[in-house]
Amino acid sequence: MSDEIYKEIILDHYKNPHNFHKLKDPDFKAEDTNPLCGDHVEFSVKLQDGRVSEVGFIGRGCAISQAAASILTDLVQGKTIEELQKMEKEDLLEAMGNPDLGPVRIKCAMLSFKTLKLGLYSYLSSKSSHT
Amino acid sequence: METVAFNVEELRNDFPILSKKFNGKTLAYLDNAATSQKPRQVIKAICDFYEGYNANIHRGVYEIEEKATMKYERTREATSRFIGAESAEQIIFTRNTTESINLVAKTWGASNIRKGDKIVVSLLEHHSNVVPWQVLAKEKGALLEYINLKEDSTIDLDDFKEKIAGAKLLAITQASNVLGTLVPVKQMTSIAHQEGCTVLVDGAQSAPHMPVSMTDIGCDFFAFSSHKMLGPTGVGVLYGKREILDAMPPYNLGGDMISEVHKWDVTWNELPWKFEAGTSNIADVIAYYHAIEYLQRLGMERVREHEKSLTKYALKRLSEIKGLRYYGPDDIEMRGGIISFTLGDVHPHDIASILSREAIAIRSGYHCAQPLHEELSLGGTARASFYIYNTEEEVDRLAEALNEVRKVFAK
Repeated sequence: MSDEIYKEIILDHYKNPHNFHKLKDPDFKAEDTNPLCGDHVEFSVKLQDGRVSEVGFIGRGCAISQAAASILTDLVQGKTIEELQKMEKEDLLEAMGNPDLGPVRIKCAMLSFKTLKLGLYSYLSSKSSHT
Repeated sequence: METVAFNVEELRNDFPILSKKFNGKTLAYLDNAATSQKPRQVIKAICDFYEGYNANIHRGVYEIEEKATMKYERTREATSRFIGAESAEQIIFTRNTTESINLVAKTWGASNIRKGDKIVVSLLEHHSNVVPWQVLAKEKGALLEYINLKEDSTIDLDDFKEKIAGAKLLAITQASNVLGTLVPVKQMTSIAHQEGCTVLVDGAQSAPHMPVSMTDIGCDFFAFSSHKMLGPTGVGVLYGKREILDAMPPYNLGGDMISEVHKWDVTWNELPWKFEAGTSNIADVIAYYHAIEYLQRLGMERVREHEKSLTKYALKRLSEIKGLRYYGPDDIEMRGGIISFTLGDVHPHDIASILSREAIAIRSGYHCAQPLHEELSLGGTARASFYIYNTEEEVDRLAEALNEVRKVFAK
């Protein structure tokens, strides 16, 4: 059976997710749910010297949403805040092996990307309002 | 009407989409609870209208206008006969089942439901038979109660009898779009009426699949859609008891639903046009006639028999798959042709995506019935649902593909 969506890398991350835990005292965290299918992700991020020093996620849902979250945690590890801001959804899709996702399933993949970005921006805006 | 033989292989030829290839494979369409496929008789009727006699209805007196009006009203009469209604004037065309239910909530509901009144629904309801009542109850300060299910996924009639006492409205489905459960709406209507309670039956999943009769059920309202029964999208039906429809305020206001309009005053048109404001979905209503005719020629008893035997076969094949669990009644007499299932801990979207590669179309998710999934503590389910053109061979393809899914996700 040909399953261009379910590439080895996606199944690997789904079955054995990386960084699957919640961080204690994170600098910021963010969670969101895709109401259509109930996919859920929650990220927690620690920063040191303007870089991601540690990142974790927990969640449940389909293979695409959970693999995307796991791959995203690997992708952002060690990145500067500026690099995080510049990161685009194509970067995540590329790291996932550019699976052939249709217009519906792409939302599953983008849930984690959107959630982490929103978390980052609310962290940055709360920081700038404090200084 | 003259009936024809129920020959699945032959009738499949009437459905152009069923012979098309997807990923090099013939489509196994198993999402009929969402919408059905359309026979060429229906598709042709839409073309014939636009090419041959496109005109607005109930207005002019020229030839093609009269033809369009005649054909439009012919569908109303056919619909009335199809559901055993007392008269065609009690058939109102809407956009879909959802709009039919909303029409009742916004007109009958707004003028009859008061503070402290009780509205009773069941845990089986589709969102479209929950949300309008939830919102109405909040607006009016009324109470919304849910009838529980028994272990075997059928309606708990003892719980129903308790909750219906003193209720103002019972809004209940005749067939669950998730569990396939068939609901004894005739018996429940009779009990509800003894309480002076008005009854709305959601027939979206029943009218396309089995014989239904308004005079037999005795309900006050009945709602269903053309597109789930071989007809075009954009046509819904609302049946209502005449005295109730007569007393109801109109729904949308404007052209066609009035009889006289003066600068400061208006009188409403008579039934059913009082509820059909503005230009209707003329082409699709006209084409819907051919869907009804198609089903009636097959015979609704035989439609039901075909689905029963296919569902029985599917339950047997699916129960052979390791890790698969299906939901809903085991008793084939108590369920329609809908099977929702889970496969180990594989997410339903992943199941549906992999099946799609095999050109097998099933639904995944909550199927617009989130309260039911919450009650059953289910994150979501995959769902196969059958109709007249489905075959045991397609069920075999489904079973085979599900075994493949199991292998892809084996840890």
